[in-house]
Amino acid sequence: MQETGTAPSTAQVVQPKEKLFSKKNKRTLSDPLSDNNPITLQVLGICSALAVTVQFNTALVMSLAVISVLSLSNVTISLLRNMIPSKIRIIVELAVVATLVVLVDQILKAYLYDISKRLSVFVGLIITNCIILGRAEAFALQNKPWPSFLDGLGNGMGYAAILLIVATGREILGSGSFFGIQLIPESFYAAGYENMGLMVLSPGAFILLGLIVWGQRMISKKFEEN
Amino acid sequence: MEHYLSLAVKAIFVENIVLAYFLGMCSFLAVSRRVETALGLGFAVIFVMSITAPTNWLIHEYLLKEGALSWISESLASVDLSFLNFLSFIAVIAAMVQLVEMVIDKYSQKLYTALGIFLPLIAVNCAILGSSLFLVEREYNLTESAVFGFSAGFGFFLAITAMSAIRTKLRYSNVPEGLRGLGLTMLVTGLMAMAFMSFSGISL
Repeated sequence: MQETGTAPSTAQVVQPKEKLFSKKNKRTLSDPLSDNNPITLQVLGICSALAVTVQFNTALVMSLAVISVLSLSNVTISLLRNMIPSKIRIIVELAVVATLVVLVDQILKAYLYDISKRLSVFVGLIITNCIILGRAEAFALQNKPWPSFLDGLGNGMGYAAILLIVATGREILGSGSFFGIQLIPESFYAAGYENMGLMVLSPGAFILLGLIVWGQRMISKKFEEN
Repeated sequence: MEHYLSLAVKAIFVENIVLAYFLGMCSFLAVSRRVETALGLGFAVIFVMSITAPTNWLIHEYLLKEGALSWISESLASVDLSFLNFLSFIAVIAAMVQLVEMVIDKYSQKLYTALGIFLPLIAVNCAILGSSLFLVEREYNLTESAVFGFSAGFGFFLAITAMSAIRTKLRYSNVPEGLRGLGLTMLVTGLMAMAFMSFSGISL
């Protein structure tokens, strides 16, 4: 997030057109990663964030799916923004998102069948992931396609970051492995170490995310009312 | 009868849609500040879910499932439209939500303003689409879907009402400042999920 100060100083562009990676665009991309993270600060998209985090690889596939749907839907809605009547915009947005999700779902079924089975209904639930509609409403409807794409990418990555942190914690603590590879040596188990069963179940995810939020608030010093 | 009762108990307590499947978390976190609004949203979700679940079951069974179109003509027996599930389910849900919004707007202006942005957002409440997708995945029949839709909605209602009551109490306690708001709510939700897990021994 600090890199915004180091915009390229070489050769000022002649035409007044905004540069592809201007300061503002870089902020659009990097803000959601920490300062304005969609999950911990905007409180969007928690629904799917937790269910797929028992293992790292499902979380990774889910993150990639969300990033691609989010950036593409932002671009599409931004391109259509002057044509969508404001009264029926939710339905139009849902139709765009649902179409993209159907595509992602079919691709996953074709190439990653095992993981798509394990994600079960949660791929379909990307449609109702609040991040996607939230960003479409808050950003893509007012901005040009390129910044909207960056916003989608940034928010998608901010979502992915939290997802992967939670998944790492849950897999290591809950199953003693990472990416399916055994991490805790057998001798530990022999000495009486046991996996934390709670982490595999839903309360573990809630508590882990609560602690992550706490940690992040302590670092960013942005507090909210009770 | 017992079968349906046990299905309902399972959907309300053991596999609570919020606490076990994390569905509908967004509105669960955002609308649980006050008991009144939580009650309103809870009722709206129960209502929308009890209608959309059987409706979506009918659509899936008679239009989209593989071979579902054979009642029109034999030649359509091999058509599999189930990839259209997402699109048609979300359309039904969005239409239902519009209806509920109009009804609440007419009869309870106070509730309408209290729910604010969250009423249209029920359309994108993952819990509602999620329950429709679950009933396809678990191959419920029509009655089971209706029971499941209502009970899942009731589970959401129960969770959000309990949460809002707890949060009202928490307002008077001295919480570390970094934990205020989302952090503490997540921790409390975790504890609630643990409590609901203790129902898992129950079977009727």
